[in-house]
Parts: sequence; C-alpha cells; structure tokens
Amino acid sequence: MSDWPLLSLVTFLPLLGAAIILVIRGDGEVVIRNARSVALWTSGVTFLLSLFLVAGFDPAQPGFQFVERAQWLPGLGVEYHMGIDGISLWFIPLSALLTVLVVVGSWYSVEHRVKEYMVAFLVMDSLMIGVFCALDMVLFYVFFEAILIPMYLIIGIWGGPRRIYASFKFFLYTLAGSVLFLIAILAIFLETGTTDLAVLQNAEIPLSMQYWLWIAMFAAFAVKVPMWPFHTWLPDAHVEAPTGGSVLLAGVLLKLGGYGFLRFSVPMLPEASAYFAPFVFTLSAIAVVYTSLVALVQQDMKKLIAYSSVAHMGLVTIGCFTPNALGIQGSVVQMLSHGVVSAALFMVVGVVYDRIHSREIARYGGLADRMPIYAVIFLFFSMASVGLPGTSGFVGEVMVIVGVFQVNSWVAALAATGMILGAAYMLWLYRRVIFGTITRDDLKSIKDLRWNEMVAFAPLVLLTLWLGIYPVFFTRPMEPAVAHLIQQTQTVDTAAVAGE
Amino acid sequence: MLYTILVFAPLVGALIAGLFGRMIGDRASQVVTCGFMALSAACAIASFFLNIYGEPFKVVLFDWIVVGSFDTQWALRIDGLSASMMLVVSFISFLIHVYSVGYMAEDASIPRFMSYLSLFTFAMLMLVTSDNLIQLFFGWEGVGVASYLLIGFWYDRASACAAAMKAFIVNRVGDFGLILGIAACYLVFDSVQYDVIFANAASFADSTIVVFGYEFNTLTIIGVLLFIGAMGKSAQLGLHTWLPDAMEGPTPVSALIHAATMVTAGVFLVARFSPLYEYAPTALAMVAFIGASTAFFAATIGMVQNDIKRVIAYSTCSQLGYMFFACGVSAYSAGVFHLFTHAFFKALLFLGAGSVIHAMHHEQDMRKMGGIWNKIPITYAMMWIGSLALMGIPFFAGYYSKDAILEAAWASHAPFARYAFWLGIGAAFLTAFYSGRLLWLTFHGTPRADHHTMEHVHESPMVMLVPLFCLAGGALFAGWLAQGMIAPDAAWWSGAIFMRGEPNILEELHHVPTLVRFAPLIVGVAGFGLSLVLYLLVPSVPGRIAAALRPVYLFLLNKWYFDELYDRIFVQPAKAVGSVFWRGGDGLVIDGFGPDGVAAATGRLARQTARLQTGYVYHYAFAMLIGVAALVTWYLFFVR
Repeated sequence: MSDWPLLSLVTFLPLLGAAIILVIRGDGEVVIRNARSVALWTSGVTFLLSLFLVAGFDPAQPGFQFVERAQWLPGLGVEYHMGIDGISLWFIPLSALLTVLVVVGSWYSVEHRVKEYMVAFLVMDSLMIGVFCALDMVLFYVFFEAILIPMYLIIGIWGGPRRIYASFKFFLYTLAGSVLFLIAILAIFLETGTTDLAVLQNAEIPLSMQYWLWIAMFAAFAVKVPMWPFHTWLPDAHVEAPTGGSVLLAGVLLKLGGYGFLRFSVPMLPEASAYFAPFVFTLSAIAVVYTSLVALVQQDMKKLIAYSSVAHMGLVTIGCFTPNALGIQGSVVQMLSHGVVSAALFMVVGVVYDRIHSREIARYGGLADRMPIYAVIFLFFSMASVGLPGTSGFVGEVMVIVGVFQVNSWVAALAATGMILGAAYMLWLYRRVIFGTITRDDLKSIKDLRWNEMVAFAPLVLLTLWLGIYPVFFTRPMEPAVAHLIQQTQTVDTAAVAGE
Repeated sequence: MLYTILVFAPLVGALIAGLFGRMIGDRASQVVTCGFMALSAACAIASFFLNIYGEPFKVVLFDWIVVGSFDTQWALRIDGLSASMMLVVSFISFLIHVYSVGYMAEDASIPRFMSYLSLFTFAMLMLVTSDNLIQLFFGWEGVGVASYLLIGFWYDRASACAAAMKAFIVNRVGDFGLILGIAACYLVFDSVQYDVIFANAASFADSTIVVFGYEFNTLTIIGVLLFIGAMGKSAQLGLHTWLPDAMEGPTPVSALIHAATMVTAGVFLVARFSPLYEYAPTALAMVAFIGASTAFFAATIGMVQNDIKRVIAYSTCSQLGYMFFACGVSAYSAGVFHLFTHAFFKALLFLGAGSVIHAMHHEQDMRKMGGIWNKIPITYAMMWIGSLALMGIPFFAGYYSKDAILEAAWASHAPFARYAFWLGIGAAFLTAFYSGRLLWLTFHGTPRADHHTMEHVHESPMVMLVPLFCLAGGALFAGWLAQGMIAPDAAWWSGAIFMRGEPNILEELHHVPTLVRFAPLIVGVAGFGLSLVLYLLVPSVPGRIAAALRPVYLFLLNKWYFDELYDRIFVQPAKAVGSVFWRGGDGLVIDGFGPDGVAAATGRLARQTARLQTGYVYHYAFAMLIGVAALVTWYLFFVR
C-alpha cells in the first residue's frame, strides 16, 4: 500500500467519477439514479482512501509524508509535487467526508440538473483535496484558483433568487485577491529560484521584500477566510448557495485562507508575519465583535450562520499569527471544528429549507413539537458553535484564547467576547426556530429528519464529540509541523534581539 | 473504579433516558435514571466516609488537550472538599430524581426531564472533581447547559424560553472572566493543573504582571477574574438577574440546580482556590464586599416578592452571599459548611414549595394561598423545619454554619470584614422576616384561593414526601454532624482548604464577645416576631406600609430595576449597534466602497472609455497628431 501514489489517487479519483457521470447516457430517471450512485461511490471510496492517509501517517516524523514527485514544467523547475504534513493531514478526510455528506444530504432535495450537480461536487472534491496536498506553489495556485469555478457554477445554477449577483461577487472578489497572490508567487520564484513549498518552508527572503510579499498574500488569504472587512461576499454567497454549496464553502473553502497563512505567510515570511501580527489581531478582534453583533440582528438563518462563521474564523486568524504552539494548533483545531460544525449548521438550515422553502427566522417557531430529533441535532451543533466544552468548538476556542493571552491580553479579551455574543445569537436563533408554539399550518405537518439526513448528520456529531473529548488524537500529528513553524517565528525573535 | 462509577453513572442514565426514552417509555426512563443515581449516591456516601480526613489523590482517565505545558487530562481529584461536594450533589440529586417521579407524573416528556437531571448531575460531579481549570470549565459550562435546558423545559412558554436564554447568557458573562482567569493562570504558572498552581501561588505573592496594559498584582488579577466567573454562576450582585427568572423551570430543578448545587459552584471555586486567594488579599476583599452586599441586597428583595418560589430564590441568592463573604474573610471552611447545610434545607424548602404548588394546582402566588396548613400538614411541617434551619434557629443545621460565618466576619481583620458582619446581621433579620412571611402567607390566615382549588388541596404522594423526610433529616442534623468541617485544623479537607494566619480564623472565631455570638439569634427572633405581627396578627399593616412607602416598595418589588437597567445599557444597544454595523457598515461602507463601489466605478469608467471610440476618422487622426506632437516635443526637450 505504501508504494501507491495515495495522494494522487485520493485527489483524482473524484475527477474520474465526474468523468464517468458525464458519459452516462439514457433515460432521464435512470441517468439521475446512476449519477447519484456514482457520486456516492466515488466520494465514499475517496473518503475511505483518505483514511488510509490518517492510518499511515507517522505523527512523530517531521517534514512531509506520502511525497510524490514528477516533472511538470522542467524549464522552470515547476514540479508535480504532492505531500502532506500534520497541518494539512486532517483537511483531506474532512473535505472528502463533507463531499460524501453533501451527496447523501441532497439525495432527495436536488431534482434539478442532478447530473451536473454531482459532477460539480466531485470536481470540487478533487480540487479541495488537491490544494491541501500540493507542495509546489504553481500546483497549489492551480488548485486554489480552479476551486472557484465549480463553486461559482454551484451558486450560479442551483442558487437562490439573487444567485447571479452572489456568484459574481464571490468569484470576482476572491479572484481579485488571488491576482496579487500570483504576483507574489512569481516574485518568490524570481528571488529564490524555486517553487517547491517544501524547500520554501525554510526560505530566507530579504526583509524588504517580505513586507510586500506578505501584503500580496494577505490579500488572497484574507478574502478567503474571510477577514473583516473583506467578508461581505460571504453572507451573500451563503444565502444564495444551495445547501451543499454552503456546506463546502463553510466547511472547506474558508479554511484555505487559514491554511494559506500557515503554509505560506508564517513559514516563508516570518519577520513580516511578526511585524503584521498586530494588524491581523486588530482585524480579527474587530471581526469577532463586529460580525457577532451583526449576527445578532439577522432575520435570515443562513445569513446569521454566515456571519457567525466570520466571527469564528476571526479566532483562526488570531491563532495563525500567535507565536506559540497553543495558538497555532488551536487555529488548526478551530478550522477543523468550524469545518464540521458550520457545515452541520448549514445542513440544519437546509433541512427546514427543503421542507418550507424559507430561511426567514420569523417564519418558524415551535419546531420542537413536531421535529424532536431535529431539535436535538440543532441544539447540539448550536452548542458546539457556541463553544461548549466537550465539543470541538471549545477546544479550538480555548487554545486560541489562552494562546494569544500569552502575547496580548486585549486581543484575548476581545476574542472571548465572542463567547457571550455567540451564545446570544445562537440561543436566540434556536429559541425563535425551535421553541415556542407552532402557529402556522404548514409547520404543523412538518416531518422530522429523514434517514438520509440522519446519516448525513451522524458522522458530524461523532467528529464534533471526538474533537471535543479526545483532541489529542488530532493534535499529536500536528506537533512536528507546528514546532517547525514556531521555530521559524523564533528565529525572528533571536534575530530581533541580535539586532538591538 | 468507585469514583468512576460515582461520576459516570448519571451520564449513563442520562444517555439511556435521553436517546432511548421514547422507545423504553416513561416508567423505564424513571427507573433507569433513578437507579443510576442511586448507584452514584451510594458511591458518594462511601467516598465521603473514605476521604474526609484522608489523603488526597487523583484518578486519571485519559488525555484531553495536551500542547506542551498546557497539559490537561480528564481526571477525578478526590479529597475532603470534593468528597463533601460529591455527597451533597449525588445524594440530593438522587432525592430529587425520586421526587420528580411524583412531581412530573403528568408531564408529557418525562424521559427528557429525567435525562436532563442526570446530565446535570454528571456535569456537576465533573466540576467538583476537576483536577485542572479546563475540566472545571467543562463542568462549569456543562451545568450551565443543563440549567438552560431545564429552565426552558416547558419550551412552549415564552417566559421560560426567555429565562433560559438569560440564564445562559448572563452565566457566559461570568465565564468570560473565568476563561481570562484561566488564561492568566497559564501565563503565570505555565500550567492549568491545580497542583502546580497551588504549589507556586505563594512565590508570586508580591509579584506584578502587565495585563490589559496595566500593571496588576499577579494573584489579585487572577483572583478577581476567577471570581467574576464565580459571580456569574453563583448569582452575585450584578450578575444575579438570571436566578429569580430561572424559577420558570419545574420546581425540582429549582431545588437541585438553583439552590442546592449548581449555584454553589462559585463558592466551591473560591474555596478550591484558597491556596491562591490567601495570597491575594485585594481579591479576597472584593469577594467579601460583593458577598456581603449580595446577602443584604437579595434579602431586601425577598421581603416583598409574592411568588413563593421567587422568595426562596432571593433567599438563595442572599445565602450564597453569606458563603462568599465567609470565603472573603478567609473562613473558607465556614463557607463550604454553609454550602453543605444550605443544600439540605434549601432543597427542602423548594421541594416543600413544590408540594404546595402541586397541591394548589400550580398556583405560585402567595396572595392566592393561605389557610391550608391543616390540609397539607406534612408539607407544612417540612416547611417549618426548612424555615427554622434557614433562620439559623439553634440546633437546626443553618444555625451552626451561619453563626460560624458571622463570628468569623467579626473576628477577622480583613478589609470589609466589619462591613460583612453588619450587613450579614441585617440580612439575618430580613431572612427571618421573609421566612416567617412566607409561612404565614402560604399556610395561615384566611384562604384566598378560589373555592374549587381549595376543595382539591391535597397532600402529595409518598414518592414526593419521602425525599422531603430525608432532606428534613439533613436540615435537622447536617450542621451538628458536619461540625468537623470548621475545626481549626482543617483536617476534614485533607489539605484542600488552606488558611494563613496563626491562629487561623477558625480558631479566632471562638473568641468573639458573647453579644456577637447571640446577635444572629436575637435579630432572627426579632425578624420572625415582626413577620408574625405583620402577617398573622394584624394583616392590614403591610398594605398600609407599602402604600406609605410606595417608592421604596416599588423599588424593592422591581428588584432594584436591574433588569430594566441591563436592557437599556446592554441588550438594546447591542441590537442597535448590530443593525448599524449590518446596514451601515457592511451595506453602505464596505460594500459601497468595496465590491459594489468598484463594480459601479468600473462600469462608469468603461462607459466613458467607450465614449472615446466615436468612430469618426478625424477624431482618431486628431488624437494621433496630438500624440506625435507630444512625443516629438518630449524627445527634443528632454531626451537630448
């Protein structure tokens, strides 16, 4: 097994599935059925294969594992170079799992252009996994940008009434940031003569250049995260996107920003990262307070959760630039947690949207009566979102807050206000949707979760608890990679001390 | 193994009843949860006798969050303090499980209720056995959620939903302080383990630390931040507003969570951190000040409330104040002793009140009760026992602990000790007054309920009465039996509670003047006597007093207007600011100058550029000519 190009297999298997779906021909009903089962099988096998990565990963070994290399553009030294370390490891099964759940969850609810829908998600699956495996800047960039296309189509075709505006805003906004990133990649290549990320993890780039490069990369990643004030595309995109699109958008795509910071900004530009850390802290702290307050007054369920995402991602960006293991590991845990919990929350909204076709909070009320299982699932993920200890949300939150307190107590305090405000908006949402008495007739006949919905929620519940109760399982493999990042930042300190 | 069963048995019960409750039915859910609780309580009794005066140790289960020195395990820390707490929690919880079988018999979702109760108990046990601050926080939030769920148990009532949310959010405000306290602890001690923190606290006694841009005494800032957490959970002045509203929950919940156990978690935290607080006198002064103020403040409100449960709720708030100021004058043992006795008699009072409410068809307003003492004599007797214990009448449980607290306050030289003593005496007077008022209004006088209700007033079934008897036993004898808690050598706690000073405060409290010793009794009798006069002998007087002192009466009745104040300065502004940020910040500013603005500008620019392309050859020729001229000029003048 170890000789297999496992990463390539995991990355391109979904693409193969997409190709198969494309060539399916025949009667309308048959095509739809076959497209669904092909999508389920390929995404399922991809997920299982990704578990082999977890099983085969050696947590003690520093550096990249499962490395694959092949010539690509030999003249430029650009290679097809794949590999993972403890930071990227968990994002691969996460992406693969969420794709499976999207396929399962949309089994009945998507009836329009099913074939294309499944193709779009399988392509997404491929690209998401690829971006976390890529160890060459150009390769990374290709995946990073290509993801926009299926997502753009998903929002634009299967989205809500304002889908055109939302998909354009999403596409152009993120593209604008990425252009600068491309320039940064070129500049790094010209400076160092390599595009190999594994080599660049220890790059020594001149200080004067670092600042400009940092800003260029920041533009790309800050939009992806998204950080305040580059976040306004997110609520629109989420509101218009179909449930599956929101799940992957919140679950994986936002993480590319945080992952980018940890893979590019912090290790390659350590001095600049230290220099700009207060700036990131400021924006992130504003994000937590500002978007939490905005979430408080939302009338649309998806918008509320979208804004809460921005607030939670604020903790991630704080953690990325905290120069200690607690902060950085915390930010990765927070990304994983948010990937699971916010994805689940969007699925939670999707459940009632499929039934009533409204996301307006005031439209609901008293669902606990008719949908007890749903009420429990909703409560569980609300609590995870609020950061209840024992769920994944808490672990990431406490690690980041305690971590950043070591360097800046104000940032920690502002980040911690999210605990209070988060409880306020989530519980208020829950109260308005689930508690109370049913007043509307169509809600009286609403049905509780279907089997496919329960199947889709079950692994997320499990993961939330697993991350919450035994996070060591997830953090231990990260340790060598995070230690390396810390080492990079600490060379800054010693350099600074020497400079004084 | 004993301890693992003790803590996890309630969780098993909660999971079975919660997940499979609808499958196995009401009766089975009750049996399962009560059974596992009984198991837990039996273990708790065993552990109590094994571990008071014993050696502390811990049972490590498995790793939790481990990042370098941030090293936390799921572990059970067993010593005199946690063993005493576990006894209170498990035993009373068991009684309340049993009581609930009767009280909730007609409810539609019994399995859910039983499951929540057990879940709460599990979280509380995790809290008291925590070995590090992070696990403490787990229990802390866990009980918060259970409390949220139980207050909002009747989710179709708007008031219950609001109260549940309020409880959780106000608690979160406290937790905000707690989490920063934890972060500060880690910054200072490089660990969140109790052992490390307590072992090194003394060495940081006079050090300072820069937090939030200011230089603070290290231990003071940690102590204050942790105490903010304690204030939230224990409903102390400022963060108390959720507790009275929490009475929206079913009465057994009020007894278990909002009287006997959860709300005492703050006191537990301060007592647990006595090795740290002892070196942080400023933080202790704050504890004493807030505790004493709350004790008095809550008692003033308790005097005028009409809802029987709210009177007891304010009484709880007030008694928690006593426990805190005991800790504030370093008499932690006395604080926890009061916690211990209070758990019994307050649970008794609540369950007794529940029995009254049950008998009166869910009527809670004392103005609509009266004249029922001979119809429910057993409940009546139980309420008397509970009230006498609360008033601190000699040889009832409350007498031992409350006296110890007031004597300690007198004997102490700590800042605010005298303040605490006098407010404590005042509160003792008020306590006796409102306790008497409650008894007279509820049971005596002319019946004020309607005829139909009065006809159906009935004694509760045995399944509810037996727990009352057990608690009454506690209210009678717990003080006398557990006097060892306040022995000056603190051996009971097996090292968990630390006191400085030679002789320590528990020694000194034996040397207070006789008048001080009898003061609580004197004011108690006076207060009780006054209530007797006002509410039994001449019942027209209270109305006249209220009318004469209308502003004061309204001020007290409306709970010093805290809710209104908080609504104005926190809730409304938060919503307003949120709206401004959303419509103004996101909509107008960010989108206006950002994506939408850029898009519009691009469009304008494109249109204007397009206008240049007129299609007339002479326009293009003219432009070319100008261009050539400019180039030639530039070449001639600058390049050469």
